[in-house]
Amino acid sequence: MPTAIPTPSARRDGFLAEVMAATPGDHRLDQCIQCGSCGGSCPSGAEMEHTPRRLFALIRAGARATVLRSNAPWYCVSCYYCTVRCPQQIHITDVMYTLKAMAIRAGLFHDTAPAGFSETFVDYVEKYGRSFELGLATRFNLRHHPLALAGMAPLGLGMLRRGRMDLTPHRIAGMAQLSAILERAKALEAAT
Amino acid sequence: MKAMFFPGCSMQRNARAYLDSLQAIRADIGLDLTEIEDWNCCGATEYLSVHRIAAHALVGRNLALARAQAGDTDVLTAGCSACYLNLAKTDAQMREDARLRATVDDALAAGGLAYRAGSLKVRHLLDVVCHDIGYERVKASVTRPLHGLRVAAYYGCQVVRPDYDRRWDSSELPTAMDRLMRALGAEPVDWALKTQCCGGHMTVIGPEVAFGLIRRLVRGALDAGADLVATLCPMCQLNLDAYQVEMNRHYRSDYHLPVLYFTQLMGLAFGRSPGELGIGREFVDAMPALARIQAEPPQVAEARRKRRPRPGDALPMPRRE
Repeated sequence: MPTAIPTPSARRDGFLAEVMAATPGDHRLDQCIQCGSCGGSCPSGAEMEHTPRRLFALIRAGARATVLRSNAPWYCVSCYYCTVRCPQQIHITDVMYTLKAMAIRAGLFHDTAPAGFSETFVDYVEKYGRSFELGLATRFNLRHHPLALAGMAPLGLGMLRRGRMDLTPHRIAGMAQLSAILERAKALEAAT
Repeated sequence: MKAMFFPGCSMQRNARAYLDSLQAIRADIGLDLTEIEDWNCCGATEYLSVHRIAAHALVGRNLALARAQAGDTDVLTAGCSACYLNLAKTDAQMREDARLRATVDDALAAGGLAYRAGSLKVRHLLDVVCHDIGYERVKASVTRPLHGLRVAAYYGCQVVRPDYDRRWDSSELPTAMDRLMRALGAEPVDWALKTQCCGGHMTVIGPEVAFGLIRRLVRGALDAGADLVATLCPMCQLNLDAYQVEMNRHYRSDYHLPVLYFTQLMGLAFGRSPGELGIGREFVDAMPALARIQAEPPQVAEARRKRRPRPGDALPMPRRE
């Protein structure tokens, strides 16, 4: 069984409490024992400014800006190795999503490209109810990697030639219903 | 076996071969799938990164629609790793977190929908094929066994991890797809990278990180002697196949390792034609590898008898004076 870490009152109202409240599920973020299994299991750990273990220590220390500016959550590839190896069963990948969303809200992310990719993806989903790869790839690259766009052409043409890419987006029938659901969920999220 | 089916955006287009091959084989294994009518995108890993809670309402709409349309089945299956995990995650976290449950319920009600957490069993397609339909049923449909084809069964990340409902024998070295390949007559290769990351969205936002991960996988499968990789996820297929070409350009390497969906290999073993199974839509041509399929099982050289250790075989140790 994982060790139970007592939670002093400071953890109940600082930055740790904020991250915990914003993360759904039984995430156990306050139970980190700083063992480092997470960073050691991470396929992109070498590129991260802070491994998950260090991020969690910074969260406890209340270093809000350092944490939200870190590139670490953006390099998370959602492989969940850290999550299944964590001896304290902390939902580490889920915490990374929270940190990304908080960084976007605070305007503190390290680089505009990864956040721009997520936001462009969300825009298409909210407009059509489905993702649209051609639009996503062109809009994202035009904005963030314009010079790389020419280099992407063979890949894009290859996708088209193999019938693997749509030229126009598909809109779901229940778009009004989906918008109502998302609007209500966002209002509830903002109120917490 | 009846199940509701969530295809997801990728399977609809870039992974057409996955959907085509699934449609071609489902009657062969008695899999009766009903697509959720008017489903929406699962949000992949991106929606969660922008709207942390609303992302679960996005998925909640699909769960609610599936439950309402399910009739007499309680199984919801998806072929894409991200779609599967998002459906499973929302369902699992609604079960364990009353606050999330209340928020999703409230949001769904704004759209006139409702979903009771746990009322559907969210399962990945491979899980349904291996654990419900079973290897014996699959074996019984094989008319053209894939003798001599060495396959690296590749599971990627999000199907076997975090595995909320303990559906797999291991989160790091699972064997279900390897056993499925054996049931098809193919030879699964032993390799350690079967659940390592394909790069995910890093191919777009940080290609150099992704190229490193892709090269590691391609090289690992080839070193293990694989003719091709079998995958269960549109994103893994896209990264290992289409981006293998980009990775080669980046490193000036020349790897050619085809990547097919496990359903395409099932279709071949069931005697279906490559065209019907979407073979030919891949960037790295699979035909040369598939030409290695033989009519008869290969003669495996009898394993060499282990030599009994001799006194001088020990690791070099400092000699006692």
